[in-house]
Amino acid sequence: MSEEDDGLDAGKEAFKEEAAELLTELETSLLELEEHPTDEDLIGRVFRAMHTVKGSGAMFGFDDIAEFTHEVETAFDMVRNGKLAVTKELTNLTLRARDQIRTMIEASEGKATVDHKISKSIIDSLQLLTKGTAAGSPSGHEPAAQKPSKSASGDASHSVTYRIRFKPFADLFVTGTNPILLINELRQMGSCMVVAQIDAITRLEEFNPESCATYWDIILTTTLSTNAIKDVFIFVDDMCDLHVEIVDEEGEYDEAEGYMKLGEILAARGDVKIDELKKLLGKQKKVGEILVDAGIVDSGHIASALAEQQHIKEVREQRQKTTDTAASIRVPSDKLDKLVDLVGELVTVQARLSQTAIIHGEATLTSISEEVERLTWELRDSTMSIRMLPIGSTFSKFKRLVRDLSIELGKEIQMTTDGAETELDKTVIEKLNDPLVHIIRNSIDHGIERPDIREAAGKSKMGTVHLSAGHSGANVLIKIEDDGAGLDKERILKKAIDNGLIAPDAELSEKEIFGMIFAPGFSTAQKITNVSGRGVGMDVVKKNIDALRGLVEVKSRKGSGTTITLRLPLTLAIIDGLLVKIANEVFVIPLAVVEECVELSKKDIERTHGRHVSNVRGILIPYIRLREHFVIEAEEPEMEQIVITEVDDKKVGFVVDYVIGEHQTVIKSLGRVFKDIAGISGATILGDGTVALILDVPTLVRSVETHEPVTADAAG
Amino acid sequence: MATATAEATQYLTFKLEEEVFALDISKVREVLEFSSVTKVPRTPEFMRGVINLRGSVVPVVDLRLKFGMTRTEKTVNTCVIIVEVSFENESMVLGALADSVQEVIELEPEKIEPAPSIGMQLRTDFIKGMGKRDEEFIIILEIDKIFTAEELAFAQEATQAA
Repeated sequence: MSEEDDGLDAGKEAFKEEAAELLTELETSLLELEEHPTDEDLIGRVFRAMHTVKGSGAMFGFDDIAEFTHEVETAFDMVRNGKLAVTKELTNLTLRARDQIRTMIEASEGKATVDHKISKSIIDSLQLLTKGTAAGSPSGHEPAAQKPSKSASGDASHSVTYRIRFKPFADLFVTGTNPILLINELRQMGSCMVVAQIDAITRLEEFNPESCATYWDIILTTTLSTNAIKDVFIFVDDMCDLHVEIVDEEGEYDEAEGYMKLGEILAARGDVKIDELKKLLGKQKKVGEILVDAGIVDSGHIASALAEQQHIKEVREQRQKTTDTAASIRVPSDKLDKLVDLVGELVTVQARLSQTAIIHGEATLTSISEEVERLTWELRDSTMSIRMLPIGSTFSKFKRLVRDLSIELGKEIQMTTDGAETELDKTVIEKLNDPLVHIIRNSIDHGIERPDIREAAGKSKMGTVHLSAGHSGANVLIKIEDDGAGLDKERILKKAIDNGLIAPDAELSEKEIFGMIFAPGFSTAQKITNVSGRGVGMDVVKKNIDALRGLVEVKSRKGSGTTITLRLPLTLAIIDGLLVKIANEVFVIPLAVVEECVELSKKDIERTHGRHVSNVRGILIPYIRLREHFVIEAEEPEMEQIVITEVDDKKVGFVVDYVIGEHQTVIKSLGRVFKDIAGISGATILGDGTVALILDVPTLVRSVETHEPVTADAAG
Repeated sequence: MATATAEATQYLTFKLEEEVFALDISKVREVLEFSSVTKVPRTPEFMRGVINLRGSVVPVVDLRLKFGMTRTEKTVNTCVIIVEVSFENESMVLGALADSVQEVIELEPEKIEPAPSIGMQLRTDFIKGMGKRDEEFIIILEIDKIFTAEELAFAQEATQAA
């Protein structure tokens, strides 16, 4: 019995997951529908999402959800049938209904409580809307009602590629038949490629315009049968040679591509080098050219054959694509996390293997270890790519946010997006949500002005928030641009001085001033709205982005807008690190922040009178002696090294005994016990199985900055 | 078998200096040989650092230091007992250093007496009770209590240690 319950529970879980997805899709579709109220595709999508929620809801015992959704679905059924127009009112109501459904689902987990009054009011309003228009049918909009017929024809399953040779007799034209019309008829049956064969056309002086010398090779992919094709030619049946052959059928020839070409086999065996083969092949003429040269066939036939090849290739690729999308499966994310963990371990073990192989210097072992290394990296890359998700789903969430907020604040704001397909690690995307919400809220509340102010400033009434994402090396850049008022440098400066964040006479660069907005409790908004202005928010942005090992950059021009750029690492699980050693302790410095390494001799230290600064090509760079900071008791070597890092445009050096080299660092959490240690962001396991700590350069610098006076006293 | 219902619990005994301690076996995951530990800077002395437990990083605690004895020195018998403790309602894996691991014993509840409230030189809430076996007292530890939030909030202690 409990097993049965388990089955139902699993079903319920699956429903919740599915519903969450459907609701997201519903929201996106509704927002799009608002922009294109007559798009029947969108109406169909909304309807289908509703319908599925209703259906599976009822199946797993969420009767209240099914009942509620039914009402909304009814309205959209009317829209679909052209009885109801899509209005702002309708989309508003449906969006509210969507939220209500979500609340209901959450309520079933005990996370929220359902206010039945809201459900009632939504349903009442919807019914009012549907009844009101049922009497006086909508005037302007005519969301075409042929929707069902369209899907019916598109769903036919089996597609076949035919090779058709249509060779009319010379006297075809006498009957008044136009072959072009016949071919056009074929074209309408499916995806089609036509090559005219003109080799029989005589020289101009002998040319008889009343006789037909041309014939056609046609490659057609259609779901229709051979007979249907022959029917096209039914009236010219006795005036032409017609061949219809099947050349490619779905499901039958798909695996035919599996064999390798001769050259590929030879190259794979190592008998021929790929480059040499390519060079040779470059010299060799294509089969078609050889045949034409030999006079066996003319170029028209070759063109036709090539067209066939091309066509079949395209059809197969298309088919491949559709099966690819169908082949995706749903996997719980913790299984993926486990997989990533295992790959991480494998990377570690592989590093040990490589090290052992180097020590032993045995040829067989070395070659095995190299092979394992190659496989491991491939495995790592493809595992990481599984965790990658397009950022688009997050973007569409913000569309709703922008829409709701702009209505609330009486502003006209549109959101545009770019690069929604950019892929990022799942965890990064999840953690990106809060910062983006804060930034966008800020843009809408403080950035973009009211329509009247915008007009007075000579801008269009409609403000724009532009969200874009894109790759830049091993990083992903996410930009949030608005065309609002921009940041007011003087006001930020004044506020910073008032709050005691900086000294009144401090000279700050533009960048530093804009950086102040990320200070906790900092807000220049003159009035606190319920959207923002309390000064919480931007510091959350900074904190979260720091936690993701990302960087925030602010650019702004007064009057014309603000751009906030988030620079994030592609993945959180593995980074490039620099291994350094102090006494017997090994540390990892993230390579992303490392600028260079220079030597530091005892003489250099004497020259600076014990001050912790170093002169690197004329620039003074302060350094931190990790040995002192980490209280490592061991004699320092004669010659030490400074690893110079740059964070937030500040260069700081770290003195270590020596730099070991680069290391692919699989990041391990230090766990909750050590979570608050300043300067250490995690640990990694080295080739020999020992643990090395990963330095968190920004917090390390900060913690030294706060302790600075103490060390100065000690030194003095 | 009937006694099993009366919670005749199994305990793992180990030695710190010359004293015998015990842990509820259900808390113990495994026992490892003590090889090398990576010290985490700016942490209290009793936090010996972290070790690699088949790919996860696990903190290691020096119980001797925790209980006011001298620092554990590495010998052939030194072991790391990997325990699962519940910490703020979440289970967490920790390593505890022991001078040597003895054996697994079974003790009926009636053989366990409450610890005397004085004279133990050890916080009594760390102790689940005193077991007696062959004229020898065994201190049964309440491992969850040893690593409570305040115990692990070593930030303040770190400054003392430094």
